[in-house]
Amino acid sequence: MDHVFYTLQDFMTYTESVTYLLVIATLVGMTLFWLFLTGGKHKD
Amino acid sequence: MAQVTTAERKSIFSLFNLIALIVLGVGVYITYLRFTGGLAAVTNLSDYNPWGIWISFDLLCGVALAAGGYVTSSAVYLFGMKKYHSAVRPAILTGFLGYALVFLAINYDVGRPWRLPYPLVVQQGTTSVLFEVGLCVATYLTVLFIEFSPAAMEWLGLKRARSLVVKLTILLTIFGVVLSTMHQSSLGALFLIAPSKLHPLWYSPYIPIYFFVTSIIAGLSMVIFESTLSHRFFAYKMDGTHLQEANGVTLGFGKAASYVLAGYFAIKVLGISAENQWHYLSTGYGTWYLVELLGFVALPSILYAIGVRTKSLNLIKFTSVLAVLGVILNRFNVCLVAFNWHLPSSERYFPHWMEIGLSVFIVMIGLLLYRFIVTRMPILYEHPDYKDTH
Repeated sequence: MDHVFYTLQDFMTYTESVTYLLVIATLVGMTLFWLFLTGGKHKD
Repeated sequence: MAQVTTAERKSIFSLFNLIALIVLGVGVYITYLRFTGGLAAVTNLSDYNPWGIWISFDLLCGVALAAGGYVTSSAVYLFGMKKYHSAVRPAILTGFLGYALVFLAINYDVGRPWRLPYPLVVQQGTTSVLFEVGLCVATYLTVLFIEFSPAAMEWLGLKRARSLVVKLTILLTIFGVVLSTMHQSSLGALFLIAPSKLHPLWYSPYIPIYFFVTSIIAGLSMVIFESTLSHRFFAYKMDGTHLQEANGVTLGFGKAASYVLAGYFAIKVLGISAENQWHYLSTGYGTWYLVELLGFVALPSILYAIGVRTKSLNLIKFTSVLAVLGVILNRFNVCLVAFNWHLPSSERYFPHWMEIGLSVFIVMIGLLLYRFIVTRMPILYEHPDYKDTH
């Protein structure tokens, strides 16, 4: 993750790219976690 | 039930009462020293560290852990989850006592406590976050008092006044949610002014959101924790409805806490990414940050989820303690551990024993007030004269 940034544009391009990928992972992860949370053998 | 009640009454010389007496005695002594000798007589506070554990524990943790009031009342009255109705009064009482004790504690911490009303009547400082916090906490304490008052009115037999206050329930709940959203987040916003003092892993432009979300986690977990303690010590006071709904409250609140914790974990990681602070994770502070994030956020989220899936009430109750400790750890980290992190260790703050003693004194007052109210007023049961009128 250690990166040398020479311009703000460079910094923003790198950090926002990683963040957008993490946002997508979060949306998928939260959906899967909800399915896990509401699953189980004994339903309400 | 009558036998248990008699046994309870006989236990005035119990171990708990003895400890309470000692703590109260020490607390009164520290109070005397504080108000005769000033802050320097009982604290290790300095110009570098003007906020000690009276702020990090009594105020930041006190306000967060008292969030069960607005979380529970909004779930029941705004979202219509009536199956959690029996949890409302204990949660409101805990919230009311929590905020009342925050107000008590701030009188010790502020150098000139008699100036506490100044922001309301002398100089508003409307651009100050602290003014907003003060105004919100003062208003919300009033709202909580009114929300709690029907229980006291039922106990005192004030039927007309009670029916008037009960009509305001929805309005008060809305006030509670709005005010809590504002000041829970503003307590985090207080640290926005100190980007150079707070470690970059804990400092974030999103810190108000973190504080607000953790208050929901604290509120949900405290309701489960407090319900566990009430069942242990005050089960003889509970009516059938309360006992019947208790497991549902634990499971429902555990499920909510699990998902909110997962969301909090996600936004914390996104926060690190947005600020590109990854490289700090390999430092000593980074290790401590990971302990907080993995051990007290991710782990409770997973344990709550497993507990809910397997309907393991004991696991959910255990996890509630872990989650509450996690919120306390977060407030300590933000306010103490990661604050002034660049200072040499000789300049760092460690609380005086009397600061810790006073915090224990204030918690003890809360426990004694809770016991006094719960054993007298209809908190854990419905008053026979008002059944089905809620």
